[in-house]
Amino acid sequence: MKYTQSQLDEIALSSQEYELIVSKLGRDPNYLELGLFGALWSEHCGYKHSKNLIKRLPNSSPNLLAKPGEENAGVIDIGNNLAIVFKIESHNHPSAVEPYQGAATGVGGIIRDILAMGARPIAILNSLRFGYINNNRSEYLFEGIVSGISGYGNCIGIPNIGGETKFSDSYLGNPLVNAFCLGITNKNNLMSAASYTPGNIIMVIGSPTGRDGIHGASGLASRNLNEDELEQDKRPTVQIGNPFMEKILIESCLEIVSNNLIESLQDLGAAGLTSAIVETVDKGKTGFNIDLAKVHQRENNMTPYEIMLSESQERMLLVFPPENTNKILSILDKWDLDYSTIGVITDSQNAEIYYENTLVGNVPINTLTTPPLYDLDNIVPQEIIELQNTNLSSIPIPNSNKANEILIELLSSPNIASKKPVFIQYDHQVQTNTIASPEDADSAIIRIKDTNIGIGISIDGNGKTTYLNPLEGGKIAVAEACRNLICSGVEPLAITNCLNFGDPTTQLVSHQLNESVNGISESCNTFGIPVISGNVSLYNSTERGAIFPTPIIGAVGKINNVKSIITSKFKNYNDLVILLGSSALSNDHNDLAGSEYLEIIHKKIAGSPRIDLEFENRLQKCCLNLINNGLIISAHDCSEGGIAVTIAESCILSNIGFESEIEINGRWDVSLFGEKQSQIIVSINPNEINLFSKICSDFHIPFTTLGITKPEIFKINSLILNTVSELKNAYSTNFVK
Amino acid sequence: MKFGIVVFPGTWSDTDCYFAVHDILNQDAEYVWHKDTNLDKFDCIILPGGFSYGDYLRPGAMAKLSPIMNSIKEFASKGKLIIGICNGFQILCESGLLPGTLIKNTTLQFRCQWTNLVVTNNDTPFTNTCDKGSILNIPISHGEGNYFIDNAGLQQLYENDQVVLQYSDMNGVITDQYNPNGSVNNIAGIISKKRNVIGMMPHPERSCEAILGSTDGNKIFESIINSIDGKLIKEQQ
Repeated sequence: MKYTQSQLDEIALSSQEYELIVSKLGRDPNYLELGLFGALWSEHCGYKHSKNLIKRLPNSSPNLLAKPGEENAGVIDIGNNLAIVFKIESHNHPSAVEPYQGAATGVGGIIRDILAMGARPIAILNSLRFGYINNNRSEYLFEGIVSGISGYGNCIGIPNIGGETKFSDSYLGNPLVNAFCLGITNKNNLMSAASYTPGNIIMVIGSPTGRDGIHGASGLASRNLNEDELEQDKRPTVQIGNPFMEKILIESCLEIVSNNLIESLQDLGAAGLTSAIVETVDKGKTGFNIDLAKVHQRENNMTPYEIMLSESQERMLLVFPPENTNKILSILDKWDLDYSTIGVITDSQNAEIYYENTLVGNVPINTLTTPPLYDLDNIVPQEIIELQNTNLSSIPIPNSNKANEILIELLSSPNIASKKPVFIQYDHQVQTNTIASPEDADSAIIRIKDTNIGIGISIDGNGKTTYLNPLEGGKIAVAEACRNLICSGVEPLAITNCLNFGDPTTQLVSHQLNESVNGISESCNTFGIPVISGNVSLYNSTERGAIFPTPIIGAVGKINNVKSIITSKFKNYNDLVILLGSSALSNDHNDLAGSEYLEIIHKKIAGSPRIDLEFENRLQKCCLNLINNGLIISAHDCSEGGIAVTIAESCILSNIGFESEIEINGRWDVSLFGEKQSQIIVSINPNEINLFSKICSDFHIPFTTLGITKPEIFKINSLILNTVSELKNAYSTNFVK
Repeated sequence: MKFGIVVFPGTWSDTDCYFAVHDILNQDAEYVWHKDTNLDKFDCIILPGGFSYGDYLRPGAMAKLSPIMNSIKEFASKGKLIIGICNGFQILCESGLLPGTLIKNTTLQFRCQWTNLVVTNNDTPFTNTCDKGSILNIPISHGEGNYFIDNAGLQQLYENDQVVLQYSDMNGVITDQYNPNGSVNNIAGIISKKRNVIGMMPHPERSCEAILGSTDGNKIFESIINSIDGKLIKEQQ
């Protein structure tokens, strides 16, 4: 072998994979060519361990304009000649190494993905996971990541309208940073990433290329991190963000797109120029001929290898017919943007890479884009079987005079307490379209100006649930994200997903990946919605072990009249508060599985969460029908903390109290704090109960009235008596300190 | 009347301001690129929010060197109206059109939140449709909105009645608790001695529609229209 094992390790290729490269090329690759394979065959770009799994996800829908896989993201038709594109992507490994820049460039990267479709980015959301903040490292990661998102996102004028932040010690070594972006465009301005036309010019615009981020895709994101690497050694593989340049790129690219001047647009993300240009010609079944000396550079004496693999941020690749050159240059000059014309599209189906007059690399495109794909075993590990078989009936029932205390403790716990300390740092209002911002409703909602249309977005994922039962966890992630939309009156249209998992070569993770993808797929099939884009982040493992398997779902839907959205706040005194989805409060100890109550009060993560998808689907349709009939005043999905916490949140956000006298049989702790799926707390006008009841029976959905809204007090039977302001104090506990 | 909305590279409230004055208040409005220098056709210039040139050095420090700024100074010297919002306020301070400066919030963090503003001075072209002492509900969105001026300067501001808006509680009481960024005396907006240039950190263009949570921002723009067109909007209502 021409290279040492440690050279292959540096780019995360195995010796078998190297042999495969040699057999495809019929020769040893030179060092530059090896770098191209390392990048494109990396887990991050090549999806070696996940491609076969992702094929199981449904990806068709009548609303789909471009299919996922064909382009950077699927495109959804929302009527009025408008289309939306959206995608979620991870930046976990860079954020573990350099939290501020890692998170900032995660936001930057996903925005350029959306921009590459010709769409104007109009909303950012994010999903974050940290270890509990009781140590310096967690605090450092938390502060750095949140200020990185804030620092980058606020600078470019795209509202950051929501998301989620959760804590578990499984994320101590590997925080998760998943960034979501949604864009909108006229259907006629949709861009393609493919170039079909030999002779068209290839141009790189934006920041000059430097040495930052080399091996980000292969060396950083595609293998496990050692904790001693986290601080020092790997920092140079993290890119540095320049949000100002991103803003200029957005405006100039959209101006170029709206003038119909280019054949294709790509962002330079993971694996930089290599990945952008290879994807462009692979999709168009063409080739390219470029001269790397022409790329505008930030540093002196960069090698062809460094130029091809640099992950310098804020760069885009344009391909266009030669006759449009002058028009494009005048737009770039207007914005004072740097650019370099680096070569042309060819019909060779080869990557021909020159440095000045020397051919430095020449490989067939299809060898680069066909990495080996690995199937993952699906054997249930003993560890999981034991957790699932934990007998939850043996969990002691606390003395009933503790109920108040437990509610307060849950409300102030990091996973439930208000996330205001996070979202107050994000500009969620710019563009003046944000109708429901964080803490208003179960999903974030923006309006589309000049129409009545609203777009709802919800991001959800529960690592603990998925750890306990990967199949059910996958199903529940989709169900909850869609249920959140439904609670706001928004009809789900499609989802994007980000699969955050540990090392796929271990039996545990391999099983988790298999099953949770099956779960996501089952949910999508039941609800009839496609997965239009996504991202996979594996090797989120350190010596401490793997993170909880965390599929994050971004669900997006539409509401035809944005003025009729439903929020989670109570609105009036004397409204009926109803539990939709159950005819009585549960007392089944199995509903404690994976609950916050079980973890916080009983210090246990156990049980097997479950969901009945057919029932869930009917519940969602029923709730939307009730909303569309004008019967629902507020709606809030029951999730972490169970019914007591859900109702308390509707009180806290509205300063309206609640009083109930309901039948509780057996385990009151399950009734109040259990986390049974497929339940929604709604409030209605008492005069509407007959029509409400009729619609529920049409959908065969049970319900039970829990109580009424009141001034100030919060009372559940003789178990809980509190004032709303006391609940508010608990909920406002700053979880950072 | 006609509004000119200045666009620097990195400006992002330009489209929001345009929507507010053009689509909500039905006024003539046009964007002005930072390389343009002719402002003759405008009655009022808006310097919108954003991060001009990235604001990597100091907010507004680069923008003040932009080609358009000489024209803006000339526009001001003619007594014509200029409103600087957020980054616009920072630029006006950097270029010396308004006294004082804007430093980092005391929390050292960005803050995007609703604030109550008490109208300390309604005898200006920007607040003439408001009652003195009335409250405006308008959001802020900045990392460096902590207004600072030395004691002598502060005294002058008061002597000349240049303080226009101050952060307060919902009853108009000015307390530290309701100071979101650490500004001296809770100052949210000030006006030039000649009463034609205002700078304010809060974003009136974000509170011009009930669906966004407040319509109080309209009062700022309506005051401008009122003073230019001479229509007494207050009396019409």
